[in-house]
Amino acid sequence: MIMVGSLLLALVIAPAAAALGCLAFHKRSIAEKLNLAASIIVVVAAIPLAVLSASGPYRFWDDYIVVDMPGAWVTLCTAIVYLLASIYAVGYMRLLKEEEEKLWSFYALFAGFALAVLVSTIMNNAGLYWIAIELTTLVSTFLVGFERAAESVEAAWKYIIIVSAGISLALLGTVLFYWSGSFVLGPVYDMTWTTLQQTAPKMNPTLVSLAYLLVLIGYGTKVGLAPMHTWLPDAHSESPAPVSAMLSGALLNGAMLGIVRYLAVADSAGVGPFARNVLVALGVLSLLVGALFIVRQDGIKRLMAYSSVEHMGVIALGFGFGGIFGVAGALYHMLNHSLNKSLMFFGAGNVMRGFGTKEISQIRNVWARYPVQGSLWLAGAAAITGAPPFGLFLSELVILRGGIEQNYGWAVAAMIVLLIVIFVGFLNHFREMYFEPSLQTDSSTPAISSWCVTPMWFALAPLLLFGLWWPSGMWEHFSAIAYILAGISP
Amino acid sequence: MLVAHLDPLASSIFSLMAIASLLLAFVMLGSRWLNNYLYAFAAESWVIAILSATVGFYGGYPELYFIAILTGVFRGLFLPYLLWRIIRRLNVSREIHEFLQPSSALVVGAFCVIFSLAVGYRVGQSLGLAATVAVLALTVMLSMKLIGFLMLAIRHEAISQVLGLLVLENGVFLGAQILVPGMPVLIEIVILFDLLIVVACFGVLVQYLLVHAGTTSSLGLRRLVG
Repeated sequence: MIMVGSLLLALVIAPAAAALGCLAFHKRSIAEKLNLAASIIVVVAAIPLAVLSASGPYRFWDDYIVVDMPGAWVTLCTAIVYLLASIYAVGYMRLLKEEEEKLWSFYALFAGFALAVLVSTIMNNAGLYWIAIELTTLVSTFLVGFERAAESVEAAWKYIIIVSAGISLALLGTVLFYWSGSFVLGPVYDMTWTTLQQTAPKMNPTLVSLAYLLVLIGYGTKVGLAPMHTWLPDAHSESPAPVSAMLSGALLNGAMLGIVRYLAVADSAGVGPFARNVLVALGVLSLLVGALFIVRQDGIKRLMAYSSVEHMGVIALGFGFGGIFGVAGALYHMLNHSLNKSLMFFGAGNVMRGFGTKEISQIRNVWARYPVQGSLWLAGAAAITGAPPFGLFLSELVILRGGIEQNYGWAVAAMIVLLIVIFVGFLNHFREMYFEPSLQTDSSTPAISSWCVTPMWFALAPLLLFGLWWPSGMWEHFSAIAYILAGISP
Repeated sequence: MLVAHLDPLASSIFSLMAIASLLLAFVMLGSRWLNNYLYAFAAESWVIAILSATVGFYGGYPELYFIAILTGVFRGLFLPYLLWRIIRRLNVSREIHEFLQPSSALVVGAFCVIFSLAVGYRVGQSLGLAATVAVLALTVMLSMKLIGFLMLAIRHEAISQVLGLLVLENGVFLGAQILVPGMPVLIEIVILFDLLIVVACFGVLVQYLLVHAGTTSSLGLRRLVG
């Protein structure tokens, strides 16, 4: 208990202190070190936290904070992306010469953003979880608009308007959940996830269905499930590359956690089949939208962004299918996607800087100009489309198996077809960038600092490892989470 | 459960307040002047503040008086003041390119209310509360949501969109006071402060929009597509 408590404190205080430190010193050199140190502390705290959560759940501070297995897993994924992105940011942000003066504010916001996502994963009260998610929006808006180009400002505006509108639906859903609980528990009670799940069997199913739909659409906007994904490609493509990685690898998972927790409540309330069908339908639609826009895409970062829509769809399918295979696959996919998408955005950021363009049609001969990081990026591209021997191949396979087991034949069929379309479409863009002859003769090759390449190694190595070997301890951890979400103690 | 056994006077006061705020939402929908939106929004927030106080009085929740004061001060005075300053600095006083004339918007709004009534009635029926103020509260809550979304969809000025968002939240706030007056005060307070931060952010962003994108109308935001 004390151990978990102090780890938790480290997890929260490190980024908070880094953000305050950046604000206090106003210096880039200090700010980037503070942020890097904070991200290392966060990872060091998050790994044992995920392991210890198995003997939990641990509750703190009048039940407002909880360390449970699903939450701690998302915390771990967030922490890893935060570390990778912080290393990358050191190299990448130095390239933005025109922003040199206010880089300290970038790091303050960056640490604040990580803090908000981390805090959302440990909130035990559905209302406070909503507030934490809203805070992530507020902080990240300024990160999206950091470069202050007209495109960035436009993306930031769309981001805050669409996501705030969506999240206000989630607030309505939260209120309705509280209301349906108040028929059983009386007008005043603490709306913790456990309370909701335990009270759910006595709640009115009609009201729970309505509330669940509102919450799903609300947090689904934040997750980037189609058709509420419209902010995502803009925000992901216009923000600086480390921020794109954080948005995609950390924020989306943080919002997905809310959907998963409400799904568990809906399950106990007896509207599980309906709730799952809706989530599965949104998942398939996200895959479809992702596939269509990936095939015809010319923006290199927009390509990655639509791939995020696709992978959130896959994760939604995993949780929607349910069962041990579905949930385990989705959780494994969360980690793999976080690692892989960071790698992809880092590569895209480097290439963008190296070639001075965001357009795929202008990027040619990547391999010849950047042999090392070009290879890393290409390996990442193969991995993200679900090719073996990388982690995503395994997790997608397990999700498919979960779908077959739970009799979602149509969704499994759609998922297979769309994944193949995406595989072909995505890698075709890489074929063009790597193997098609260049039209220009200009071959000046700006050097990319090792700060920008090292995190790509750090992301690819575990991805390969997880593709070859799924640790049995991790499998047991996932099946325990599946039991918790199903309301059964393992 | 407060709404199930409420004396007739309280019930009619709640209904009156709920209907009044719905009407004010229609005022916002039916006008094309930014200042009118703003006044209607401020008035709506005051109605909600009075509603909080009445619910506190009849339901025996003294902490709702505190919420009422905060609502009145923040949503009724401070937010409108901030927005008023932004409007003055922007030099935009009305919507110019409407997607839908205000008169047609009112008709669409009316259909939103009918739809919400159908949903509210259905839920009320399944809860055995069909004859109480709960149905009205649900109806107003959902229709203010829909009207807010309508405003977001058909208005292009940045300020109209911010106000559309605030109407969305007002709807939830109003419904929450009647349906779940016991919802932890902590959360309500934080949500109030949260809103304040939201509007501050919007202020900054609107400035950015004007300086860097050259317009505050979302019609001008056409760079990112596909």
